[in-house]
Amino acid sequence: MRRAALIIIPYFWLLALFLVPFLIVLKISLSDTALAIPPYTPTLDFSNGWQGIKDFWAALDLENFEFLTTDDLYWKAYLSSLKIAVIATFLTLLVGYPIAYGMANAPDHWRPTLMMLVILPFWTSFLIRVYSWMGILSNEGYLNQLLMGMGVISEPLTILNTNTAVYIGIVYTYLPFMILPIYSALERLDASLLEAAEDLGCSRLTAFWLVTVPLSKNGIIAGCFLVFIPTLGEFVIPSLLGGSKTLMIGKVLWEEFFNNRDWPVASAVAVILLLILIIPIILFQRNEQKQREADG
Amino acid sequence: MRRLTWFNTTALTLGFAFLYLPMIILIIYSFNESKLVTVWAGFSTKWYGELLGNEAFLSAAWVTLKVAVFSSTLATILGTLGALVLVRAGRFPGRTLFSGMIYAPLVMPEVITGLSLLLLFIGIGLDRGVFTIVLAHTTFSMCFVSVVVSSRLVSFDRSLEEAALDLGCSPMEAFRLVTLPIIAPAVISGWLLAFTLSLDDLVIASFTAGPSATTLPMKIWSSVRLGVSPEINALSTLMIGIVAIGVISASLITKRAALRQEAEERAAVQA
Amino acid sequence: MGQTVFEPWNDPDAKPLIQFKNVTKRFGDFVAIDNQSFDIYEQEFFALLGPSGCGKTTMMRMLAGFETPTEGTILLGGQDIAPIPPNKRAVNMMFQSYALFPHLSIWENIAFGLKRDNMPKDKIDARVAEMLKLTRLEQFAKRKPHQCSGGQRQRVALARSLAKAPKLLLLDEPLGALDAKLRQDTQFELMDIQEKTGTTFVIVTHDQEEAMTVASRVAVMDHGKIIQADTPARIYEMPNSAYVADFIGDVTIISGTATPAGDGYDIAFAEGQPILHAKSDIQLAKAQSCHLAIRPEKVAITAEKPADAANALQGKILDIAYLGNLSTYHVELANGQVVKSQTANTRRLSRRSFTWEDEVWLSWTDTAGVLLKE
Repeated sequence: MRRAALIIIPYFWLLALFLVPFLIVLKISLSDTALAIPPYTPTLDFSNGWQGIKDFWAALDLENFEFLTTDDLYWKAYLSSLKIAVIATFLTLLVGYPIAYGMANAPDHWRPTLMMLVILPFWTSFLIRVYSWMGILSNEGYLNQLLMGMGVISEPLTILNTNTAVYIGIVYTYLPFMILPIYSALERLDASLLEAAEDLGCSRLTAFWLVTVPLSKNGIIAGCFLVFIPTLGEFVIPSLLGGSKTLMIGKVLWEEFFNNRDWPVASAVAVILLLILIIPIILFQRNEQKQREADG
Repeated sequence: MRRLTWFNTTALTLGFAFLYLPMIILIIYSFNESKLVTVWAGFSTKWYGELLGNEAFLSAAWVTLKVAVFSSTLATILGTLGALVLVRAGRFPGRTLFSGMIYAPLVMPEVITGLSLLLLFIGIGLDRGVFTIVLAHTTFSMCFVSVVVSSRLVSFDRSLEEAALDLGCSPMEAFRLVTLPIIAPAVISGWLLAFTLSLDDLVIASFTAGPSATTLPMKIWSSVRLGVSPEINALSTLMIGIVAIGVISASLITKRAALRQEAEERAAVQA
Repeated sequence: MGQTVFEPWNDPDAKPLIQFKNVTKRFGDFVAIDNQSFDIYEQEFFALLGPSGCGKTTMMRMLAGFETPTEGTILLGGQDIAPIPPNKRAVNMMFQSYALFPHLSIWENIAFGLKRDNMPKDKIDARVAEMLKLTRLEQFAKRKPHQCSGGQRQRVALARSLAKAPKLLLLDEPLGALDAKLRQDTQFELMDIQEKTGTTFVIVTHDQEEAMTVASRVAVMDHGKIIQADTPARIYEMPNSAYVADFIGDVTIISGTATPAGDGYDIAFAEGQPILHAKSDIQLAKAQSCHLAIRPEKVAITAEKPADAANALQGKILDIAYLGNLSTYHVELANGQVVKSQTANTRRLSRRSFTWEDEVWLSWTDTAGVLLKE
């Protein structure tokens, strides 16, 4: 009895505020745009009884999805989101791995402090962290001032409002997500394994490639998914740092909804984005489960 | 074996410079006299004064704080219940769906969460405002709380609860007197996480706020879209400062508690 | 001694405190307890002994109320306890992990159960003080569990479970977490406390030495069944099966076929080996297969064939286990059977008479071995 109450409260909360809203998105994605309030048809009308429900079902169709395939804005946005997410994830790995490696090899008494320094940005506002790069990357920004002051360049570089700025923003904000899993994998690595590898004739570098990297594989995979998955639907970074040519699906969805007020198309965009995300999410869960089994 | 080679030192120096320089620059330029944010024109705290005189910012901050306190508290209660269901309730019909609904919001793009909740609120004719933001934030942050608390519950020694029952507690008393005090640190960090997520959220709040309520991130957003502004720099500095003080003091407190416990355990073994 | 022997299980008028009546416990398809009936009497120190997974812990958890029998009933003082939840039972348990509440002091841990009974404050104070004294923990009352050593924690757990003066105290591997030296001292302490308080103790353990030391009766369990429940001496000297003989102490088991002879049996166990003789009350048909269990300390080892031994076998020393006070010789017979013999090392090592590969004679009397049915 008490157990049932315990289950029902969070269960119903999530059903009502997570699952039902999502079903509504699915339903609206199958509806048609209309100049009305709400701006789509059909709306479910119970006053006509059974016939109303039948009409409602009959009026649902895949038109919006067909529209997404015909207008190349959308599939270009999906492709470009994927491309940006893949490249940014790779760049984050390149930046994050040496930091995680350095942390794992730092003296014991330093590590809690280093750990705190990596986590600290997590707690500060995401928006502010993205914003902090606007001043640095703009044409008259600090980076250009520095480079021109040093005489490296004579003309200011255009970085803000390009994809480069988006990459920098993603690497910067998602870096802790990459560092932490890799660090925890490297920290557990038994130092005597490297000594054994060197004892058996490996050089430092081959020992790193043959022992350290394979044993931190799970951390690398987890870190990559943790960066890739949220990046794919990212909205704030491309909007603030990217330019008009930066196409990302999160931004398209936002504009479709707020600027064009096209709810059915926005919903269809959301549905497709989720379908794309399901694959990496399942792969990520598998990786986590495999690791749990290996640990446990 | 652990040593700082030149490679590690370089990696750590460059890495942390990358992580912290942007924020440090932001803080320095928040004390800039000039309206032109990229040109240094002398030290001044005038932007802080202007910020504190800005009614719109203050009311947005107030809304944000209200939303964060309510939603994180609600999320902590619901999330802890959710964790108990995940770890303790065993099998029940729809368990897979339940754990799916706990984990899905963690990876769900914010734009989708925001969009779907907005469509729900419109669908049922709920007036949008502080209340709907609280509902939205509670929903996605309760899942984070669930994950944090359930990871603690998994390692919780069930025999402690059995001992409480054995000594005459009812199941409710056993939970209140034994389980809750022991998992309290996880519940508190769950609350803090929910609180920060709520303070930080722009996208979901933008969808669910409606015209009547504006949160601080929404206010910052509408201002920074137009470019860098010294007032936002000052606001950012304040926010970074509060977070830094909070996180650093929390980690110092836990570190000292851990050291003391370690010393006491060593003393107990020797005794 | 002058006291009457404490043996309520032999007294037909004694009323058992606990009665298991045809109790079966299943977890899904797995049968943890298989249709068991037995009694435990007041003031007994009853040990459930067996390898892990034999059902001993399940037995205890049913007494505590954390599991309910699938079939059958458990009576406590004549009353069916199935409907009574654990928090309402006059039974307390000392957990294997001790399960001390980490957020409460030693004093609060011990007072925990008393407070649940809404006992007045001065009575709680007195009772906790009494328990602290009993377990010699007076000066640790204010400490938290993590500030105590393993032995102290063990005593806190004991004090906490005894504080409510339960009719029955259950102890789940109470000494498992202590090191060997401390364990021995604590065994005697436990017996002492049991005697002082007069509480009925049921202890679960996989350590046969511990069970033999502390218990008034030991129940040897295997695969959900009690194989034998008896006093330690009878379990050791008169095991009812090869399993019990093998589980308790060191033993040599010789398998053969029995032929009735006088008040015992002749046992043929291998071609070319002499016939063995053993006195026994058990009923065996002619040529029925049987086991003869002989404790090593009852087997004498000599260089020459003893003249008047009931049983004498010749073999070669395969191994010598030197234990300090004792030595165990593993002697291999011509057919490959290994027989163990144990002797006290009353002489210095240098003057020891036997070494590896020596041809020796083993001998024992016709009452030394226990004859067991297949």
